[in-house]
Amino acid sequence: MKTEKEFVKGNEALALGALKAGMNAYFAYPITPSSEVPETLAREFKSPEYPEFKIFLQAASELEAINMVIGAASTGAKVMTATSGPGFSLKQEGISYGAAMEIPFLVVDVNRAGPGLGNLGPEQSDYFQATKGGGHGGYRNIVLAPNSVQEMAAFPGLGFSLAFKHRCPVVILADAFLGQLKEDIVFPKITQEKFETPWAATGARGGERHVIASLNLDFADQSSHAEHLMSKYEEVDMMEQRSEGYLTSDAEVVLVAYGVVSRLCRRAVNELRAKGVRAGLFRPVTLSPFPTKELKALVDRGIKKFIVVELNMGQMVFDVRLAVEGRGSVDLIHKLGGLLPASSDIVRRVEMVSR
Amino acid sequence: MQGKTAGEYEIKLGRLPTLTGKPTHYCAGCEHGVLTRLIANAIEELDVREKTVLVDSVGCSVFAHDYINVDAVQAAHGRAPAVMTGIKRVRPDLLVFAVQGDGDAVSIGLLELVYAANRGEPITVFLVNNAIYGMTGGQMAPTTPTGMVTTTTPRGRDLKDTGPPLDATKLLAGLEGPSYVKRVLLPIVPIGSSELYSARGSLEGAKSVLNAFKVQQMGGFSFVEFVSTCSINWKMSILDSKKYASEVLTKIFPPGLYKDKMGIEKK
Repeated sequence: MKTEKEFVKGNEALALGALKAGMNAYFAYPITPSSEVPETLAREFKSPEYPEFKIFLQAASELEAINMVIGAASTGAKVMTATSGPGFSLKQEGISYGAAMEIPFLVVDVNRAGPGLGNLGPEQSDYFQATKGGGHGGYRNIVLAPNSVQEMAAFPGLGFSLAFKHRCPVVILADAFLGQLKEDIVFPKITQEKFETPWAATGARGGERHVIASLNLDFADQSSHAEHLMSKYEEVDMMEQRSEGYLTSDAEVVLVAYGVVSRLCRRAVNELRAKGVRAGLFRPVTLSPFPTKELKALVDRGIKKFIVVELNMGQMVFDVRLAVEGRGSVDLIHKLGGLLPASSDIVRRVEMVSR
Repeated sequence: MQGKTAGEYEIKLGRLPTLTGKPTHYCAGCEHGVLTRLIANAIEELDVREKTVLVDSVGCSVFAHDYINVDAVQAAHGRAPAVMTGIKRVRPDLLVFAVQGDGDAVSIGLLELVYAANRGEPITVFLVNNAIYGMTGGQMAPTTPTGMVTTTTPRGRDLKDTGPPLDATKLLAGLEGPSYVKRVLLPIVPIGSSELYSARGSLEGAKSVLNAFKVQQMGGFSFVEFVSTCSINWKMSILDSKKYASEVLTKIFPPGLYKDKMGIEKK
């Protein structure tokens, strides 16, 4: 029945994907270019098609919204909120508490150009904020980077799954381009996972109570809690790295890009191949944990030239350099302010490097 | 007290199952400990210990869950009403409440408080207003009386500089959303010039806590402000601080029933 293609906007696909994954609650605050997410959900709210979708509420601020997420997620519900750059800054408070209190929830950042208000075009300049913690204190989020409307639809399900498995906030880092892009997609058949939540604060059933707190005044207590978080992040690093390679097996030069840029790079790789340049593409799907293992494997295979293409001043390039460990060159092609590089620009730069 | 006898709002003595029994960290003379017991009392009266979630706020009440033996979620500074909203929306069957201080609720968390109240969210906020930031060591709060010396107003709070004290009870009572808004003077009050003190505030407090929970169970937003003391940070003796609360603070924050949409106090 629902196997036919649908022509859907990225933000809308993300909202519908979350519903198909059994999302229970969404807390909204409007910000361009992410507002189609709450608009779609407001439209679908109370639709008999999504009986699990019980709560849609527009908050008075980004801070109020993320703290509503904290409350709802504390009961073990599947909860999400979406925003863009300036709002993502405000979400950091809640994400830090969510990390500390090990509450699973999804935050979507449809990355626009910045800093400050910037503009409404695509950038990837929230990479550091999403992948390196972002709020106060030391923690790591799991960060997923879709590169198509199809993945915008699929990643909320994956995100919930990872969030509940590891009990941590998960960020879907999209960009203004993907949010606004319309493509033909087939909604994935998602089995709505039911997660065990014995930790949830839903009343001291049978006398045993649940306390979800982040304050540990005793240094030894805080230390052991932080060590526990650290070992969890190490486990996530071992288990959850995801990436895609394209024509890397015989490549001499490999482009590294995520999100919408990986699509441009794929096209550039095709153009380069047509010119006889042995180019390939490495696309991180999880930005955190960063797919170091697979990238290292390329270095081990003798690839010595990497070019990172990203819509910021150079952020992921540091993670690529860490993975390459000085065993090859890592160059950067960047674009700022909402502009995308033309594939011809990328082709020209690769030709220069591979010469 | 509208003719109610003390017996109708009995405060049980001794160890309550809804209290953990852990000695509190509250300073001598602080009303937080009194309120803790009044809350435990009401939870037992309603028999909802296993259906209650307490949301800790930031301030002296941040460890409320150490003393009140129910499920708990700790909120960021000022965000308790937002966290409570999230819990209550998903689980309307639960009794959800927070104990907030005046810095937490009236300063950094005013937006969260006002909007939860305006939505008529069926949750309960108990505001302990001791007119100062207690836990951080006695800085000016939005509720600090004009002229009061604090660590950030060493020459006394200047109305021209920081405005007058902000009255959260009046503010909330002016909104459509809330069902029950009340202010109670919680400390003991000197009777005349004798050495005798009245603990009427505790009885009024017990009644108000119970009513606030009942209003929530009936689907309304309930808010009770407890005018309290902070003798340590006011740099007063405990008894002088009780006197100050009853003589000075009640002029700025007059106790009374400000809103009772459901007529719970008449029932």
